[in-house]
Amino acid sequence: MIRISAPDTAEMGEIVEVKAMIQHPMETGYRRDAKGDVIPRNIIKQFRCAYGGNTVFEATFFPGIAANPFLAFCLRATRTGPIEFSWTDQHGETWSETRQLTVS
Amino acid sequence: MDDPTFSPIRWNRRTLIGAAGGTALAAVLPPMAEATPEEADAAIREMFGEIPINEGRVWVKLPPIAENGNSVAIDITVDSPMSDDDHVRRIGIFSPRNPIATIAEFRLGPHAGRAQVSTRVRLAGTQTLRVIAEMSDGTLWAGKATTYVTLAACVIG
Repeated sequence: MIRISAPDTAEMGEIVEVKAMIQHPMETGYRRDAKGDVIPRNIIKQFRCAYGGNTVFEATFFPGIAANPFLAFCLRATRTGPIEFSWTDQHGETWSETRQLTVS
Repeated sequence: MDDPTFSPIRWNRRTLIGAAGGTALAAVLPPMAEATPEEADAAIREMFGEIPINEGRVWVKLPPIAENGNSVAIDITVDSPMSDDDHVRRIGIFSPRNPIATIAEFRLGPHAGRAQVSTRVRLAGTQTLRVIAEMSDGTLWAGKATTYVTLAACVIG
């Protein structure tokens, strides 16, 4: 459901880049199927990345975000611990994933 | 019958085919509402309030030509030290042409270390996207980038 690219290790204070791609059609609600019926909107609304007890990055998506939403952002490595990713669709269903970052 | 005032369009084979084609296309495509630049301004005000917007500090990168409007890479960098007392709080991406003017809202802070975000957007045609950044001191800064879309999102799905 999500593909994450984040380093396993970092030096104290280093700024690392994190990339995430959620597999999701991000159906806009403007398209029609072969019968001419509107395909209902179905999008991921929220994405959040937390690390070291802080929210590092948060996104609110609208239908203008492409299918399989991709995000790249940065975080400052301060302590060894999990990087938590969570994302929620428009119906409120939430998924999450964790990566471990070791800081030396 | 050949009075030009009677029929403003001189129907010949070419205009007839053109008209028929246009009607057929209009019947196939769903009516597509487009936002206007004014709606983009309104969306910016809805997200950030009635605060003066300064040009600068926000750098937006789009490809000069996007062959497919369904997925266009956008890179945003904001000139900010991202320290505890001087950082970017929010970033908004706005379209003057998509069905919905607001494309995305990002929240970040000093833990990000660097004010740099990339994503991929849908574009319903050639346009100039505006990106607004709200700093921790409450000031707003704006940047923009233009891309030529050869195949718009929505039309082909």
